[in-house]
Amino acid sequence: MEWLSEFGAIAAMQGFNGLSVFCVLLLMALGLAIIFGQMGVINMAHGEFLTIGAYTTYVCSSLTAHFAPSFQPYYFFFAIALSFLVAGAVGWLVEWAMISRLYKRPLDTLLATWGLSLVMQQTFRSVFGAREVSAEPPAWLMGSVNFTDAIEIPRNGLFMMALTVLLTAAIFLMLYRSRWGLQVRATVQNRLMSRAVGINTRKVDRMTFALGCGVAGVAGAAFTTIGSTGPTAGSQYIVDTFLVVVFGGAQSLFGTIASAFVIAQTQSLSEFFLSGSMAKVLTLSSVILILMLRPQGLFSIKVRK
Amino acid sequence: MKALDKLLGGQQNLIGIALLALLILVVFPLTLDAFRLNMVGKYLTYAFVAVGLVLCWGYGGILSLGQGVFFGVGGYCMAMFLKLEASDPESTKIQSTPGIPDFMDWNQITELPWLWQPFHSFSFTLVAVIAVPVLLAFIIGMALFKRRVGDVYFSIVTQAIALILTVLIVGQQGLTGGVNGITDLKTLLGWDLRTDSAKLLLYFINAGLLFGCIFIGRFILASKLGRLLMAMRDKEERVRFSGYDVASFKIFVFCVAAAFSAIGGAMFALQVGFMSPSFVGIVPSIEMVIFAAVGGRMSLLGAVYGALLVNYGKTYFSESFPELWLYLMGGLFIAVVMYFPNGLAGLWDSHGRQALARLLRRQPPVQAVAPVVKPKTESKILETQP
Repeated sequence: MEWLSEFGAIAAMQGFNGLSVFCVLLLMALGLAIIFGQMGVINMAHGEFLTIGAYTTYVCSSLTAHFAPSFQPYYFFFAIALSFLVAGAVGWLVEWAMISRLYKRPLDTLLATWGLSLVMQQTFRSVFGAREVSAEPPAWLMGSVNFTDAIEIPRNGLFMMALTVLLTAAIFLMLYRSRWGLQVRATVQNRLMSRAVGINTRKVDRMTFALGCGVAGVAGAAFTTIGSTGPTAGSQYIVDTFLVVVFGGAQSLFGTIASAFVIAQTQSLSEFFLSGSMAKVLTLSSVILILMLRPQGLFSIKVRK
Repeated sequence: MKALDKLLGGQQNLIGIALLALLILVVFPLTLDAFRLNMVGKYLTYAFVAVGLVLCWGYGGILSLGQGVFFGVGGYCMAMFLKLEASDPESTKIQSTPGIPDFMDWNQITELPWLWQPFHSFSFTLVAVIAVPVLLAFIIGMALFKRRVGDVYFSIVTQAIALILTVLIVGQQGLTGGVNGITDLKTLLGWDLRTDSAKLLLYFINAGLLFGCIFIGRFILASKLGRLLMAMRDKEERVRFSGYDVASFKIFVFCVAAAFSAIGGAMFALQVGFMSPSFVGIVPSIEMVIFAAVGGRMSLLGAVYGALLVNYGKTYFSESFPELWLYLMGGLFIAVVMYFPNGLAGLWDSHGRQALARLLRRQPPVQAVAPVVKPKTESKILETQP
């Protein structure tokens, strides 16, 4: 029976691996699901908002280590909140200065935000240097939990999962159970009619965009627990993130979750058999093939235009 | 005669083409040294992509963020042929398997892969340079346009395809040369490509092909298809309800753009002497869009100027102020989209023409004596010209 338990352990670790990839993908995609899925704005600079969060956390960590070492175990929660605020504020500014003038031209928004992402990357490089930096995670996030002798689950992975669940639940509640969410969905469906019934659509747009960016910031803060941060850290994932949202069916939050899960599991499972790059090629190609057969994504009732 | 007039697009456009031809065929070869001229030749290979993008993005409304894929596939086809010629058994006899490209030998491959076999033939290569990218574009177009995938989704999917191809090329080192790409290309059918005279000839071939593509583009735009493209861009549903098969037109123009990019890629491999995945991926593909955008998304000639200008700026700034370049490039993306959606060509139409007319009017004293041609109406006529 020895081989069976070993097999079980490998399967469990592999499953967990897939789950952490899932969390990473979902955390990144949540902000985009709001901005792209709900508003239809293509924000190519989404990855950079993630990086803003990561750098904010890094600054918090350095300041704590320097001025208040005793605060170290708790600074992380503070850093997450601050990341949300900073990324959200930048998003608010960007919407005001740029996005709001381009709502009628989605393809141009794509190009403009790509330019924005280049500018932001160079800003990060000028301020923080080209080398990757890493925030010091609090002590309680280090190490791993041993369930059995063979199964070890790293604590930061568990933390990521918890954060993903909390964030997803919060966004779900805001979008589908709050008055604000109702206004957002009304604006998305029919802007003119929403304005006619007294919704301030300009304000709704700005708040929605800022919220999406803030969520990206939180994701960035969470990423500092599993890796270091460089100026181009966020942009590497932008295509995968867009695919997750498109694959899930753009207007469906549930679709985003499901597609992040499917893509993550495919990726980590094929990585077990193939090299990393081939696994990625396989995953992305299958996503695109399925999108060619079913362009509206996994969960969508409307034909997209 | 009428067909020719249609092709050249009237007097205004004829002057535009003549000016560009003067610049590329006379001014550059006379004023630049061999190294700089080769560089301009390299920029002009990007102009092929930009001209294609004017057709499919500016007029057709299809923003492909994967033009680098076609540029790359065209370039790789050419590079594979040149590489095979460069790795004859004689010059590769120090390898453990002579007669195969060096990078294959480094990757412990002992036999030429089947994918490389047909590239021994030059005529096959010439066909493949255009046929393979067009086939790829046709498949992508069939799959996406026939199912009425919207503009934005098309852009994202093409971008993902660019990513896939890059990862694939980098990952399959033994087959493609990996990150370094296919390097050390020496001769074409025994003709040494590295000499200055060969580079000069290639420059002119390149320029000739570019003008060929511009004429094809002009012909398409002047035909009924050009009108349909614009109509589709502005009101797709209305064109569909008028009984046109919108998807087929989109596929056609996307394939044409792919063919142009592929020619550019093949000329790139010939002139620069290597091909690597850094011309395939997301970043180069989207930079190619900015060439077209800076030049003017509605102007075939503007695209050439855009490609020249942006690439010159890139070379200049990344040599002198590498810090500044990304800011400038980013700023360029934002400024072009927000303030000059029609690029240089648009600026020329709105300001340049009038300024030129004013300049011409003011200049010669002989004309001042003669009754001045009614300035008001003249500028109005100029404004309304396309």
